[in-house]
Amino acid sequence: MGQTLVEKILSAHAGQSLQAGDMAVCNVDVCLTQDGTGPLAVRQIEKLGAEGVKNPEKTVLFIDHAAPSPRKELSNDHMLLRSFAKKTGSQLSDIGDGVCHQVIMEKYLNPGELLIGADSHTCTGGAIGAFATGMGSTDVAVGMVFGKTWLRVPETLKFLISGDLPSGVYSKDIILHIIGMIGADGATYKAMEFAGEIIERMTVPERMVFSNMAVEAGAKCGLIASDGMTGKFMEEMGRKEFFTLVKADTDAVYERVYELDAAEIIPTVSFPHTVDNTRPIDHDDCRDLSIQQVFIGTCTNGRIEDLRIAAAMLKGRKVHYGTRLIVTPASRRVYGQALREGLLEIFNDVGASINSPGCGACVGVHQGILGDGERCLATQNRNFQGRMGNVNGFIYLGSPATAAATALAGKLVDPRKYL
Amino acid sequence: MLQGNAWLFGDDISTDHIAPGRLFHLRSNLPELATHVLEDARPEFAGKMAKGDFVVGGRNFGLGSSREHAPTIIKLAGVSAVVAKSFARIFFRNAINVGLPVIICNTDRIKEGDQLEADLEKGVLKNVTQGYEESFPALPPVMTAILAEGGLVPYVQKHGDLTISC
Repeated sequence: MGQTLVEKILSAHAGQSLQAGDMAVCNVDVCLTQDGTGPLAVRQIEKLGAEGVKNPEKTVLFIDHAAPSPRKELSNDHMLLRSFAKKTGSQLSDIGDGVCHQVIMEKYLNPGELLIGADSHTCTGGAIGAFATGMGSTDVAVGMVFGKTWLRVPETLKFLISGDLPSGVYSKDIILHIIGMIGADGATYKAMEFAGEIIERMTVPERMVFSNMAVEAGAKCGLIASDGMTGKFMEEMGRKEFFTLVKADTDAVYERVYELDAAEIIPTVSFPHTVDNTRPIDHDDCRDLSIQQVFIGTCTNGRIEDLRIAAAMLKGRKVHYGTRLIVTPASRRVYGQALREGLLEIFNDVGASINSPGCGACVGVHQGILGDGERCLATQNRNFQGRMGNVNGFIYLGSPATAAATALAGKLVDPRKYL
Repeated sequence: MLQGNAWLFGDDISTDHIAPGRLFHLRSNLPELATHVLEDARPEFAGKMAKGDFVVGGRNFGLGSSREHAPTIIKLAGVSAVVAKSFARIFFRNAINVGLPVIICNTDRIKEGDQLEADLEKGVLKNVTQGYEESFPALPPVMTAILAEGGLVPYVQKHGDLTISC
């Protein structure tokens, strides 16, 4: 019987042929933690009495959630991570290097590999045909020490996206549309697999938006087969020798196949306080909604392609009075590209506040906490109550184009009018 | 046998409700973080709950972040179990890893303050106040084994490796 992408990759890591529903102990290629989950993982490793980690070259400790540190308690957590990395020879990605999910793609993860990370958006790695999933600190600690983890092989929901992408509609709009359609628990315990001509034409950075947000539908992973686009991405990252083709079998068995026509999708926004609470931008609820903060960044939409879209719309104009714009490039590489291409100058001239690479305002720790009753349009993946540091704040999710247009208008608007 | 009273929390309780980002700096001080448990969903809960009480949710309890601190502080606060119609995947796995019982069953009939009893081995949740029982499915064997040892760290310490008969 044919295998889905997830069945194929997990079989290769378990040394036996697996199908949905099977349980197996799998070998782990790459492990990551960040500064919110890493300190607990380090303490669990100490509790286990382990001397080191199994594969220090592919164990990466990120400092991205509270970076640079806004509080002494977090500075001390950072010290713990730096000292553990030094002691074990693990890789350290320090303040300013960027969000773990972006940097892991730029430097560490290869198609066909298995990544576990102590961060829910670890699923971003699925965009290059790798199995990547988020777990807690203890699971990742055990993975770091023993180089393995236990997994249940998930059933797969396949999303076949065809047609032509209309102007002003991006991968973010499609994934928000999908989550609105199946619900925030519509893929719980399952794998999502994205395919079809739209996906085939997209670059890896565009594909990463789908994989990144798979967890917002409850999924364990969001996989996309590797192909020529993946090869091109690996080459750009200087790792073309690690490119491999990873594809599902043509007779693979899916729990359900959803077919979507991209031409029918318009810019889409998630309303507070759940990601599946979506509205097409022409909905009445989107009218006359003043926005106090616009945030462009994160592991979802803080890449160079996103900054280019926003900068092209903002160039030569001014952010609306009463609205503030925060731009946080996803990684040092992205920051450097934006600098060289003059994008940071455009953001600066338009009146934006530009932060150093990292998770920034998305996690509610620093760099853009909302005031009571304020509304924020963000390019991030999550809009839960309290997410941006204030339980009395209201978060709306959209594409970088929707964000840029909203920053100019001072209210939620259709980006297609500003292209 | 777990015994305590029900605290109702409804659908879509996220890890941001349980352990919000604004308290990020307390993640290396779990006893202090536990005094704020579920504060952004029900501010009075942490101060007023009694040891052994049950957290009762609706659909998709624990959605969001991978932060293991969320189930850890629910356990540290003295909650005997979380009962919900469904759980988000990472929260569920984390709960088992830190030794917090999680029970999947219909919670529609449970009212605030109802006295509950849970028998994890038999898979029965009894509503003593209203006089009815709900059965719930057993955990997968691997999770039962981990929970029986009190979590993943004690499990691995006992076995010296991650060897699980799947």
